[in-house]
This record gives sequence, structure tokens and C-alpha cells, in this order.
Amino acid sequence: MTQPQRKPRVAVHKFSSCDGCQLALLNLGATLLDVVERVDFVHFVEMGPVDEEAEVDIAIVEGSISTPEEAQRIREVRARSKYLIAIGACATSGGIQALRNLNRAPEWTSAVYASPEYISILDKVTPISANVRVDLELWGCPVNAHQVLSAIRALLFGVVPPQNHDKLCTECKRLGVVCMMVARDLPCMGPVTQTGCGVICPRQGRDCYACYGPAENANAPSLARHLEAGGMDRADVRRRFLSINNAAPAFAVVGKNEDTEAARDRDA
Amino acid sequence: MTETREMKMKVPVLARVEGEGALELDVDGGRVTGVRLRIFEPPRFFEKLLEGRSYHEVPDIVARICGICPVAYQMSAVHALESIFGTDPGPWVREMRRLLYCGEWLESQSLHIHLLAAPDFLGFPNAVAMAGQYRDEVRRGMELQALGNEIIRLLGGRSVHPVGVCVGGFYHAPGVADVSRLRSRLHDALPMAEELVQWTASLALPHSAQAFTSVSLRHPGEYPLNEGAVAGSDGLHLPIDAYEELFAESHVAHSTALYSHYRGRPYLVGPLARLNLNLDRLPPQVRGNLERTGVPFPSHNMYHSIVARAVEIHYALVEAMRILDNYRLPEATRAEVRPRAGVGFGCTEAPRGMLWQRWETDAAGNIVSARIVPPTSQNQARIEEDLRQHLEAVGVDAPEEVLRQRCETVVRNYDPCISCATHFLKLKVNRA
Repeated sequence: MTQPQRKPRVAVHKFSSCDGCQLALLNLGATLLDVVERVDFVHFVEMGPVDEEAEVDIAIVEGSISTPEEAQRIREVRARSKYLIAIGACATSGGIQALRNLNRAPEWTSAVYASPEYISILDKVTPISANVRVDLELWGCPVNAHQVLSAIRALLFGVVPPQNHDKLCTECKRLGVVCMMVARDLPCMGPVTQTGCGVICPRQGRDCYACYGPAENANAPSLARHLEAGGMDRADVRRRFLSINNAAPAFAVVGKNEDTEAARDRDA
Repeated sequence: MTETREMKMKVPVLARVEGEGALELDVDGGRVTGVRLRIFEPPRFFEKLLEGRSYHEVPDIVARICGICPVAYQMSAVHALESIFGTDPGPWVREMRRLLYCGEWLESQSLHIHLLAAPDFLGFPNAVAMAGQYRDEVRRGMELQALGNEIIRLLGGRSVHPVGVCVGGFYHAPGVADVSRLRSRLHDALPMAEELVQWTASLALPHSAQAFTSVSLRHPGEYPLNEGAVAGSDGLHLPIDAYEELFAESHVAHSTALYSHYRGRPYLVGPLARLNLNLDRLPPQVRGNLERTGVPFPSHNMYHSIVARAVEIHYALVEAMRILDNYRLPEATRAEVRPRAGVGFGCTEAPRGMLWQRWETDAAGNIVSARIVPPTSQNQARIEEDLRQHLEAVGVDAPEEVLRQRCETVVRNYDPCISCATHFLKLKVNRA
């Protein structure tokens, strides 16, 4: 292995988010001290370094785009970065806050804020890929350290990071975890959700709630029909899909038609 | 009238806080005439997107308000909803919730001391630079932080947005072998926590006495985490469901976070306020270790916040050990929940201060309305007041780089969680 001429330059940028995905790095413990020996964090506000305008090899982007300022800033980040990695549900699908796309945000603003004229937001919350080209998406709410470190490491070696969009079910089976849907009759989202979390919910005896987003070839309408046939209320089924990754197209289809109709009714 | 000369500094963001914001100062003839902490974290409308959701979805949704203190949001919410439904989760759940919260305190307070605050007092730009000279101290902090994450993982599967909590209790009980492994790691870490308290007290912390009202929960027998009444250093003792009688929020143009006032005045929440009001609730070994530092508490020096945080790390470790020492597998990990319509309140102690919530449900347990008052909103007015007093005490003639550094240090004492409430720090000084 040849040593690079200089340490790769990495920037971590935050948009609309809870900060939880950056913690995948800040929670590394002593490993973080090893990581900073291999890469140079030139911009990582929460850790300390601030140089928003630096040209970097890798930009790690957390959060969704929800204000005019953010829409402008992400374009600048893209222009200054060789690789752009979107991390977490907000950056990859829009996150939980994209639920406001299904409602009327201006009314929400005046319900939460006494002076709505002070608040400037875009009509829709969007993932990073709806705004700029994204080289790699790491899904999950939150992403975990393993995902982020293996992506950085692969890029340092100049290879495409391995991606696994298998369904959670496959990992459950491999680990021998009791099936929440078959054995417990719970509305588990494992059949449509991508793996990566470590199967933490089924291991705790609860059904997956899809925080890692749609798996490849996820058939959400089919699972929705199955849940309804099992006696679950339609509104409850829709809320299962319209949650953390509500704006991911593979999940949004389940709720879309009714919401558009409802919105049309309201506007009429 | 003098003309206002406006200077903008090329300092894009305030580093080492959770989120970003900006600060504007108005200075006239050596006097600070205006301080505006500008918080412009994009609003995510949690209170609205919770409406219509079922009670059982709430713990997973409110966790997403904050990646650093998801447990706090979950805890205030489940207590409020259980009070509406008349659910009594029983002693096992109560103990496990304290344990979970101890994990979050360890994680968040260690992160703040080492990665965010300590570099200020040792003259480094960040913890990575500090680790060159203070490697053992930084590693010690990271190990304590890791232990906090382990505790959360034991009960929640992961440390950020843990999945173990439900209304009524927990989805599962940790196994005895896992508990026993973690217990011995905590025992081994105890000397680190004791040393950490002494180390924070040995830092060259500035002297700065200010008048402020401390507000925190107070419980008849425990250092407060999940339960208690709202207490104040002025003698206030208020049930949490009466909070709105004396505390009010308002909205100002320069911030997307709401401002809270107590009887129309700024007040302090967080580790320093908690310790000031609950010294007598510390176990003897924690209090004894604190007394050996010689730092007098109650304290009105905001810089003693870092010592208070270390004391709470020590406390969280001792309390977690106590709970794990007594651990037994329960008959049931959660109480049965029977939803009903009503209004309920939850107030718990997030690492950075009191987190108050009000929930209303319909008969099926669906959320009718939610109101969430995060600690950073409560501290926002106090931070501005502190900045004003601090700058008047030390003078505003210093170069702007020095002023900015001082202001950042002042703000950091509060560990503002700007995702819960905020974007930092463009310092703008308007000199008249």
C-alpha cells in the first residue's frame, strides 16, 4: 500500500437534521483519534475545524434541504468537493421532516411560531440528490460508524464502497432471529427495509419501523395489502410507510394518491 | 446621533456546539447596547407532524428531534402519555429508565467536556489538537463517553435513536450476562470519573460571578432525572403541570428558536442549575469527591458548568452501577397501556437542562397536540444576558478575534443544542 502524498481532506456539512449522523464520527471514541491520523477534517463544525469554503476530497453531508439558504449552500459544497457522500435518512430521503410536504407548511409555521414572517422555508423538504449529484448514499436513521468508516476507507483505497441494499429479512434469517411478522404477528417492515442497522428491533422483540429506508426492489404496495388483509387499519398501514423515510419514492407510493386527493380537496 | 459603523467578521460559524448560529453585538462608547443570539436552524415542525400519530409511534419520532439527547425526548414523552392513560409501569421500568438516562448523561456530558468545552480552557482550537498534549485526558473522556453509549445500547440497541423505549416500559429486558459484563466495566471506570471531576476543577477557569435564577427538577429523595417538581433558587416549587403559569415562550425576529422566560425574566437550566439546587441529593461518595475540589457550590460562576458536568458524569456512573448491581430480570418489561383522551405533562432532565412537554390525546390514543420546550430555548435569554454582563465586565475594546473567542466560550458553557433549538457563529459587531 502506497501512502498518499497528503492526507485526504474531508469536510462534514450539516443541513436540516438532528446532528445524530455526525455522531457516528464523534461517538467513535479512541478510534476517532486514529481516523484523524489518516484523514484531515478541514471542516467539521461540531468537532471544531471551520473552513466551509475549503476544497475537499470527500464531503460528508448530513441533513435535508429545507430553506433557500440550504439550496444555495449545497450547490457550493458540491462545487468544492471531489466526492459527495450523503449520510442518513434526512440526506437520502428527506427524513421525518419531509412529512410537511404532505401538508401545508405555511399553516404549520403560524401554528408553531407567533411571527411566521420571520421564518423562511422552501415549499418542499428534499434529499441532497434532488439538488446536486451525489456520489454515494448511506441510508439509515441514524447511519452507523461502520457504514461511514468503511465508505471513507474504500474511497481512500480508490475503490467504490461496497453497498448492501438487501432486505432486513435476509439478515434476520442469517442471524436466526425469530420472525416478528410470522411468529409474533407484528406489522414488521423488514420485507421492504434495507439492512445495515444490525437487526436491532427484531432482536428486541419488536417490529422493524423502516428507519433504514427502502431495500432494493422493495414492494411496498404488496406489504401494505398484506398488512391490511391481516386486519390493520388503512390509516395505520399508511403511517407505517410515511414515517422516517416517508419521501423515499418506494415508500411514498403507499400514501401518495390519498394525500394528493386530500390536498386537492382542501385547496378546492 | 452617531452613525453606526458596522463591521462584519470573517468567522463563518461558531465551532464546537451542536448546530450552528450567529451572534450580533451592538456596541456604543464601550457599552454593549444589544446582544442577539441568532438561531436559524431550519424549523422541522415536530409538534405539527406528531399530530394524528398514534401514541406508540411517539418515542421513535421525538427521538429524531435531537441526535445527542434522544433519550430525553423519549423520557419526557412517555411520562406525559402514561400520565394521561393512567399507566403505572412499576419499579423495574422506573429503574431502567434511570439507567438509560444515566447512559445519555455520560455520553453527552463527556462529549461536551472533552470535544467541545475543554479546548477553550487549555488554549486549543479543538479536541484533536488538544489530544497531542493531553492524550490521556482526551482518551479518558472518550472512554467515559463510550460507556454511556454502551448503557444506551444495552437497553436501546444503539446509542443514537435507541429503539428500546415504549409507552408503558421497554420492548425487552437485557440479559443477565450482558448486564454483568457492563457492570464490571463501569466499576473499572469509577476512578476515571473521580479524576475527571478533580481535573475540571484544576483548569484555569475564569472568575465571573453573575446573578441568575437556577431552575431544575427537584425530587424528594434522588438527584433528578425523570421525576420531580420544578424548583428554583428563588424558592420556586411548582408541579410540572403548572409550568405554564409562570413560564412563557415568545418569538423574536432573529431566531427560529422560541425564548422562554420565568416570571418575565431569563433563567438558567442545565448541570450548574441542577447541581446548585440538588447538592444534598448527591450520594456521599460523589459529594465527597466534589468537596475535595474546593470549588464552592452552589456557584454563580457560569464557568463552573464544566465542573458540574463532570460531577454529573460521576453521579451517572455511580447511579448506573447501583442499578446494575441490583438488576433482576422482570416478569414483564412493560405495563399494559389503555389509551384514553386527556392532557398530560412530562418534564425530565436532559443533559443540557430541563425538557418540558405537554401532550393531548384522543380516546384512541392519537396525538391531538404536542408542545415541546427544549432546554436550549429556556437558556437562550440567559445566554444573551450572560454575554452582555460578561462583555461589560471585560470590556469591548479588544480585537474582534479575541471578542469572538470569549463570546464563544461563554455560549459553550450552556452546551446549547442548536438542533433542538438552532446555526453559529457569524459575529457581527455594530460599533456606534
